[in-house]
Amino acid sequence: MVPDTISVLRRHPQAKWVGLVLVAAALLALPLVLATVGTAWVRITNLAILFVMLSLGLNIVVGFAGLLDLGYIAFYAVGAYVYALLASPHFNLHWPWWAILPIGAAVACLFGVLLGAPTLKLRGDYLAIVTLGFGEIVRIFLNNLSEPFNLTNGPKGLTTIDPIKVAGIDFANTTRIGDLALSGTIKYYYFLLVVLVLIVILNLRLQDSRIGRAWEAIREDELAARSMGINTRNMKLLAFAMGASFGGIAGGMFSSIQGFISPESFILTESVMVLSMVVLGGMGNIWGVILGAILLSFVPEILRYTVGADVQARLFGRSLIDPEVIRMLLFGLAMVVMMLFRPAGILPSAVRKRELAAPKE
Amino acid sequence: MSQADPAPDRAPILEVKGITRRFGGLVALSEVSFSINKGEIYGLIGPNGAGKTTLFNVLTGIYRQDEGEFRFEGALLRNATPDRIARLGIARTFQNIRLFANLSALENVMIGRHVRTRAGVFGAILRGPATRAEERAIEKRAHELLEYVGIEGRRNELAKHLSYGDQRRLEIARALATDPRLLALDEPAAGMNATEKVELRALLESIRKDGVTLLLIEHDVRLVMGLCDRVLVLDYGRNIAEGLPKAIQKDPRVIEAYLGTGHTTPPP
Repeated sequence: MVPDTISVLRRHPQAKWVGLVLVAAALLALPLVLATVGTAWVRITNLAILFVMLSLGLNIVVGFAGLLDLGYIAFYAVGAYVYALLASPHFNLHWPWWAILPIGAAVACLFGVLLGAPTLKLRGDYLAIVTLGFGEIVRIFLNNLSEPFNLTNGPKGLTTIDPIKVAGIDFANTTRIGDLALSGTIKYYYFLLVVLVLIVILNLRLQDSRIGRAWEAIREDELAARSMGINTRNMKLLAFAMGASFGGIAGGMFSSIQGFISPESFILTESVMVLSMVVLGGMGNIWGVILGAILLSFVPEILRYTVGADVQARLFGRSLIDPEVIRMLLFGLAMVVMMLFRPAGILPSAVRKRELAAPKE
Repeated sequence: MSQADPAPDRAPILEVKGITRRFGGLVALSEVSFSINKGEIYGLIGPNGAGKTTLFNVLTGIYRQDEGEFRFEGALLRNATPDRIARLGIARTFQNIRLFANLSALENVMIGRHVRTRAGVFGAILRGPATRAEERAIEKRAHELLEYVGIEGRRNELAKHLSYGDQRRLEIARALATDPRLLALDEPAAGMNATEKVELRALLESIRKDGVTLLLIEHDVRLVMGLCDRVLVLDYGRNIAEGLPKAIQKDPRVIEAYLGTGHTTPPP
């Protein structure tokens, strides 16, 4: 199956471009199609894209470098709060998004190093515990930094965060281009898509580089990696920093899309969710991780509609179980089954090889 | 063999002086001293538990010595980490093969080039001409090294799927990728059949011919005697004998260490 695709691609290299154009066209048309079903679906798609970004960021730490991180959502929170503080009435600052997103990434990056530095000697379970604690500390700080100086506004969160504005187009309102009405949600979709494409390219390039190989070496055997001259300390810090930066960017965009954030959005469950996406999709495989994030974002939403009260009413004559409960039950069950049958994820990473390149002489 | 014609350059590449390493009450290495000359193949033998691998681990920065010092190319190495030692030019293989199991043979060797290449995050992301040229050079060198150790045909196989002998050769290729001037091999022939051992010997000879000094832990007596210029024998963490393989073979202390007292005939 896979070798066939590869041999076809080798004979018809232009097929790759045709495929890319088709995928691009589908992605461009997607929100317009979804909007006819319901704007809620575009919103769900936007959140899914944010989760894809988060999963890609976490994949650098967990998938490439093999460092188990259970507090990853903290970087998302940091990015979100940086954006909210610099673009809301809270401090009466209204900086432009193109300045804040890089700042958010940089601050998150700093937090990544802060987490990485003391945990350099830890691995596996021990590292997981420390990162878990780190995630909780960040959330608790956000919850309590309203006294003595009101930095985060505590559990009430920050409201009326500025939307993104590109070339005078406000992403909060609907724009009309002729007959086409582009709602704010749809505009955000395109914005997110552009950022996502950049992040995917960055990830692909990082993975297939000297740095990416060093990360993989650390994941496979840290001692052997050190003995081959890899400075494992710097490389691990770099993994934490890069992963955190992507989380920070995603957080900033989350802030502007929602217009409101509070510490409640950054609980442990969210970290676990992102980690599940990475593991389910296939740790270390960028396409697998993207697929995992899309599935885990959409499946619960689809279940919401398919196991909802009206479906139950039609089947049993009345609503037996709270849809919210059965939805998460089925979701958990699906994950257990998945992990039993494909423990390495949907798209395991070992498949990725240099077979596309003709052997060199 | 080269016992007859001593290595042309007699300058020591590695000098080890009074290395002692304890684990709790156990003295794993006790005042071990020796020196290896440039271009030599230096053998390290001794019964199981004699401290050979511990010595390797001290030399390559994995363990720290409690006493003593060692100099590489005249420079004193103090508290050097494994990555720094590799950067300085000492590469090693492991007794219990430590390849990057889920990566291909080619990628394993490419990782070995890490220490001699430069591309950082921005290089990787921007992928400018310099980075691309470097990547090409890394890949080309990796192919050459796989060819050199004779497993180029298996370049796309995962390291864990290679045969035992090929894994040993891949470890050597990966170590050579770091451009070492001293290559330390921990039982390279372990688990190899007779044919593979003959090939290994030829490979080690040609590595030496290319100017790399070799330090070798090996249990295969025929390989050690045929290949090494000089041999050091460790027993209970002490050096009990050092010299030409022929002389070592007849040394009563060595015979005693291997076979116990009361034996007069040399080991097979």
